[in-house]
Amino acid sequence: MLRIGTYEFSSRLLLGTGKFPDFHVQRRAVEVSETEILTFAVRRMNIYDPAQPNFLEQLDLQKYKLLPNTAGASTAEEAVRIARLARASGLCDMIKVEVIADMKTLLPDPIATLEATKILVEDGFTVLPYTNDDPVLARHLQEAGAHAVMPGASPIGSGQGILNPLNLGIIIEEATVPIIIDAGIGTASDVAIAMELGADGVLLNTAVSGAKDPVKMAEAMMLGIKAGRLAYEAGRIPKKRYAQASSPVEGISK
Amino acid sequence: MTVTINGEKQMVPDTIGNVQQLLEYLQLADRIVVVEINRDILQKDRHAVTKLKDGDTLELVHFVGGG
Repeated sequence: MLRIGTYEFSSRLLLGTGKFPDFHVQRRAVEVSETEILTFAVRRMNIYDPAQPNFLEQLDLQKYKLLPNTAGASTAEEAVRIARLARASGLCDMIKVEVIADMKTLLPDPIATLEATKILVEDGFTVLPYTNDDPVLARHLQEAGAHAVMPGASPIGSGQGILNPLNLGIIIEEATVPIIIDAGIGTASDVAIAMELGADGVLLNTAVSGAKDPVKMAEAMMLGIKAGRLAYEAGRIPKKRYAQASSPVEGISK
Repeated sequence: MTVTINGEKQMVPDTIGNVQQLLEYLQLADRIVVVEINRDILQKDRHAVTKLKDGDTLELVHFVGGG
């Protein structure tokens, strides 16, 4: 069971909703992923096209919790404003704090992320900041009241997988709230590794929406999450330098 | 009257008295839409009681795909 603030989820996969080829594929991908948390971005509406289809409006909102992000914000103030706009929909009080500092790397601004987190916690949101894989920053975010901390595996949309298992491991070890690995996931093994490290969940988007077959990849991710979590709970064997026979060394028939 | 919606000036009928009526005029009343007027974010139940006047600046936002 994944507990974030006052919410409980049986799935540990959080799925983004960007860049799917079409709503039909997206709906099926969402279903097979077994996710219960979907992220969205907040953007201006096209007021000249009142009939524009919208994925969110096609969802059974009883089945999913919405996790809007503050993407587009480059300051704490902008992030707070986007969060408040999202909450005014009356559909959600969870927010993924995302304050981007650099357009080339899309790395988060640690100082602005911390500032926004403080304000939004104070304001009663359930706050999930997307952050660097820095254990000290993760601690500060927890102290600020973040309900989960979401360190990146590698840059957003890069598909490079987990670049710094050491830091992620330290963040997880010291965590007092759920740690959700967010961004940079490429394929199912990345998700399994994140979960084997002890992460409480994984948030991904492009790895599924950009796959040749998004529905199949969504299923792979769902299985990767489960496999990694089971392996973590089971406890892996320590790595050894030399071989150790699995078969008895005694009683060999000659 | 003239109001600014999402950064563009728009002429709308003077008969529109409040935000709810503006959304109806734009055929967006039954959509998931959040309104900010003159930098004030409106909860949904404020749409019908928030008056619209010439020169107001509005942002109409919604949820789109994102990660």
